[in-house]
Amino acid sequence: MVKKLIEKDTKMFLTGNEVIAYAANAAQAEFMYGYPITPQNEIMHTWCKLLPKTEAGFLQTEDEISAGFSTIGGILAGKRAFTATAGPGNVIMQDAMSMAEMMRIPFVCAVMQRGGPSTATVIYAQQETNLTCFGGNGEGFRIVYSTAGHQDLYDYVIKAFNTAWKYRFPTFILADGYQGKMREPVMMYDPATRGIVMEPTPAELRAVGKIGVDRDANHLRNTFNLEEELMEHLEGYQKDFDAMSKEVAEYEEYKAEDAEILIIAHGIVARSAKTAIDALREKGIKVGLFRPITIRPLAVEPLRNAVKRSKQILFTESANGQLARMVLEKLYGLTTPYSTLYKMGVGVTGDDLIYKVEEMINSSQVVA
Amino acid sequence: MVELLNLPPEIPSTQNTKVGASKFCPGCGHGIILKSLAYVIDELGLQERSVFGCDIGCSLLSWNFMNIDTVQTHHGRTTPVIYGVTRANPGTVGIAYMGDGGGLAIGSQHLVNASVRSENMLILLCNNTNYGMTGGQMSPTTMPGQITETTPYGRDCETTGKPAKGAEMVASIVDPTKSFVARSSVSNVRKLRATLKKAITNVANGGFSFVEVLSICPLNWRTNNKDTFARLAKMEEFFEVKDFVVPEGLN
Repeated sequence: MVKKLIEKDTKMFLTGNEVIAYAANAAQAEFMYGYPITPQNEIMHTWCKLLPKTEAGFLQTEDEISAGFSTIGGILAGKRAFTATAGPGNVIMQDAMSMAEMMRIPFVCAVMQRGGPSTATVIYAQQETNLTCFGGNGEGFRIVYSTAGHQDLYDYVIKAFNTAWKYRFPTFILADGYQGKMREPVMMYDPATRGIVMEPTPAELRAVGKIGVDRDANHLRNTFNLEEELMEHLEGYQKDFDAMSKEVAEYEEYKAEDAEILIIAHGIVARSAKTAIDALREKGIKVGLFRPITIRPLAVEPLRNAVKRSKQILFTESANGQLARMVLEKLYGLTTPYSTLYKMGVGVTGDDLIYKVEEMINSSQVVA
Repeated sequence: MVELLNLPPEIPSTQNTKVGASKFCPGCGHGIILKSLAYVIDELGLQERSVFGCDIGCSLLSWNFMNIDTVQTHHGRTTPVIYGVTRANPGTVGIAYMGDGGGLAIGSQHLVNASVRSENMLILLCNNTNYGMTGGQMSPTTMPGQITETTPYGRDCETTGKPAKGAEMVASIVDPTKSFVARSSVSNVRKLRATLKKAITNVANGGFSFVEVLSICPLNWRTNNKDTFARLAKMEEFFEVKDFVVPEGLN
């Protein structure tokens, strides 16, 4: 059992990467496997610095492939283990994530997005949205929380561990290097003081019970002989995924109730949207925000209702519409016109959005 | 009158009897290696402490061969899964089972780094000099001149390089104070079992073991019994069968 660092509510001024390490400890994570890649390095730096106090474990692996697969080993051994990565590391870790998806392994990973494709830039983007939700040769049986700041990072890292172990789908914290590297105040707490009970993490390898006496040996596999056998398994997964979605899907609305223009954004871009919304509201323009917190699964009904209430929508991302593609699929049948402000790998500012919304209002395409 | 003996076959308790016949091709060497391993685990009384991981390729067919907790992984990735287990749960006898492709090609970075760190685990590599499951392509250990599907005119070492010698490579990079490195062969089962006993004992004592076992693939080699073992004898001339590294105190 690891030692908890935070017992009393403690307000601190930290970088997001530090917050993730503290939150993992608060969630009683026992082991981190990791490989360096910017901009997530300080998660493991902090984790390692705290090891004498937490008595947790750490292994610096030879690459993200091994970080992913050794995390799976730690989880199967019954530990609350996790990893973190970004960019090209996220690409090659898909090998392990896909195995976790097939074997219903509660794999937890913090993805601190950087620019792409390829090596690109090292600090910021929202271009791993699609990869994190749908990477691998599968169907995207994954849960992805997109955070917008440090309190989110603390709250949702704790939540991610419980979501993963409760529903047994790989669960991701999707943030970015801006969140990872900037400092903000954050209220840290012991989850127990908020009534949060951590899910148990039973071992599947060297499980409880004597083989041949109390139980049969566990034979865990990700390979099937027959196509129909595979489909039967995956249909079961889909059923579980649909049932889980109703309980797990989260969203935030900001001044969306009477909004004529609805901005749809996730992560840190949603914060820029709030700045823009406040400024535009002062000018009498009714703008609001719909921010999916789980970008997979999406909170479909609240999303459709918010869109139905508005006259026009604006998708904005630091990517070329990766979230918008997922959202538009769920808006099938609605005819609300939409505009886009996509800045591939570049931050979206409040001013960018104010300019864009004013342009939309002055445009002849605006629905009266 | 002839008296018929009605005895059940002798099967180690670490072998899973519920799966019925082995899934391997007739004449395959995997069954010999796995059964030897199961006997050793029985003999050392380590069934409850052991975890078995298998790779992709023919080795994946061992996913329910052993009567111990088992995980079948991805191609080349059994080594990190198993050291992930043993790092998280010290005292576990972790066994990563793979072929020459899984160990020396697609998973070679893990073999190198697990060896350098001398992780507490056994890497058990079955070397049959080709990729069996995918239809008999050249592998890192394919012999000079050997005909495979991707060297239909024989392996030309000028263009493909020389065969990889896994045990020699691992022996040169491990921490010799806690590592056991050996090459064995399915031609001598008694010796194979003795080698595996040393390997597992060393892991149970907290060390790292690597055993490469020269094995046979009559289906892809297209050889009959006699030619299969004649080829294995030639492999034993090329790949030296011996203990390369033995830590002090391990007999």
